[in-house]
Amino acid sequence: MGTLATLYQDLILDHNRAPRNFRSMENANRRVEGNNPLCGDRLTVWLQMDGDRILDAAFQGSGCAISRASASLMTMAVKGKTRAEAGEMFERFRRLVTGSVTPDDAQPLGKLAAFGGVAEFPARVKCASLCWHALRAALDQPEAVVSTE
Amino acid sequence: MSEAMVSGSVLFPVIEPASGALDVERVRRDFPILGQQVHGRPLVYLDNAATAQKPQVVIDTVSRFYRAENSNIHRGVHYLSEQASGAYEAARERVARFINAESPNEVVFTRGTTDSINLVAQSYGRTFLRAGDEVLITAMEHHSNIVPWHLLGEQTGARVRAVPLTSTGELDLDAFHAMLSERTRLIALVHLSNALGTINPIRQVTAWARDRGVPVLVDAAQSVPHLPVDVQSLGCDFLAFSGHKCYGPTGVGVLYGRESLLERMPPHQGGGGMIETVTLERSTWAGLPLKFEAGTPMIAQVLGLRAALDYIGQIGLAAIAAWEQELLGYATDMMAAIPGCRIIGTAPEKAGVLSFVLDKVHPHDIGTILDLEGIAIRAGHHCAQPTMRHFGVPATARASFALYNTKDEIDALAAGLSTVSRMFA
Repeated sequence: MGTLATLYQDLILDHNRAPRNFRSMENANRRVEGNNPLCGDRLTVWLQMDGDRILDAAFQGSGCAISRASASLMTMAVKGKTRAEAGEMFERFRRLVTGSVTPDDAQPLGKLAAFGGVAEFPARVKCASLCWHALRAALDQPEAVVSTE
Repeated sequence: MSEAMVSGSVLFPVIEPASGALDVERVRRDFPILGQQVHGRPLVYLDNAATAQKPQVVIDTVSRFYRAENSNIHRGVHYLSEQASGAYEAARERVARFINAESPNEVVFTRGTTDSINLVAQSYGRTFLRAGDEVLITAMEHHSNIVPWHLLGEQTGARVRAVPLTSTGELDLDAFHAMLSERTRLIALVHLSNALGTINPIRQVTAWARDRGVPVLVDAAQSVPHLPVDVQSLGCDFLAFSGHKCYGPTGVGVLYGRESLLERMPPHQGGGGMIETVTLERSTWAGLPLKFEAGTPMIAQVLGLRAALDYIGQIGLAAIAAWEQELLGYATDMMAAIPGCRIIGTAPEKAGVLSFVLDKVHPHDIGTILDLEGIAIRAGHHCAQPTMRHFGVPATARASFALYNTKDEIDALAAGLSTVSRMFA
């Protein structure tokens, strides 16, 4: 088990306190709700797609510091990315938070690397990945509800 | 005959009423798990409403059964089977005395509170409820006292209505009374709320129900380990509780049912042990209470539950309740002094459960940070999502107390919460 500082890195605390892209989106063409039935957390992810490219991403909902910061940093990271690039980013993120990272994963994740400590807290992996599950569902279909269970 | 077998005979020890205050240091020595360290810190276990720890006497009883006494019950003519059958039925008598049932026939062993409530829904509910009938529950129920009634509603067309709560987390009794009607066929409510700590006025409810001939089911999962529970004094018709919250094993629970009602109810499951005769064409049922115990039951767990009830009895529920009230008062004062802390559930009649939220901090983060200090609390919706909705929170943090908790442990909780506040300031 890691220490508090490995999980709650300053970047995560900052994005929890002041999440970016924390808003609904009028002109979204993708909207997906994510639920974690275990803890009752919910969030909504909005995307504005132009063909295959994510022009804008936003989220709202209630959740712990890990889930809020993860959604905040995710929306920043995927803006401007193609569907394939965002999907690849999710796979790398998933390897990061489940502790199965490969040597060349860390660099391309940029700020998302702050979630590396989550791997030492198995009970919190779902908190970090709920928004990504919602994102992937949004990329696959315009309206959906996804669940971590 | 081994010493162990003597303990399984029908003569049980006379339980002394509590003689004075509880000696918590002595009690703690009875619970081996409490001596361990978690993340390098002494374990502070404040998640007793989820499940309670087990005293050595319960662990020994279960282990001794498998080591020296294991046999199926009500089946064999051999020595071990006769002994195990006797011990199993003696445990039933012990439970009957513990909750002051009129007869052991009113005590059905189940897998737990959830199983007990589902038994009533499926046997009583499916037999006696019709489309348009109403089951009255409350807005502070655990999902286990909501979902079985929803299932019954889908099967019968009966409707589930919920009594609303006040801002302090008490039942709105005026609304309750107004919701009783000629369509009300069953009332199901919790004695001690797992999410709020509220103690409900069961006697008031059973008095109203008796006037109308409506049976009342009490979910006593949280109250049986912490308050004296007397089914005759409460005036309830069904009462459900779990072994594991009473310092006993998991996988065993109790359904108390008034004998006249249980007599009229059909079995909810068929199988071995619950029959009188079986031909290839038809079966007839055993009498009470075996009618509701199809299949080999959880014998070791039933004996473990009996040991747990004996243990509670030796310390005395009055002494336990008094000590837990003292802990609750101490912890409530501690919480009130924390800036940004809001206690969820402030009923005047409360026991052993302290639910709270901290401004700008999600309960899961509180739970993780306290865990690293060796402190176990629950964070989440406590299987009571409607209750959370009533208070406008997605989740709470919950400290829940048992007879072995100390004020030092509440001080450790306070120190952990200041770490949380500092971090999220």
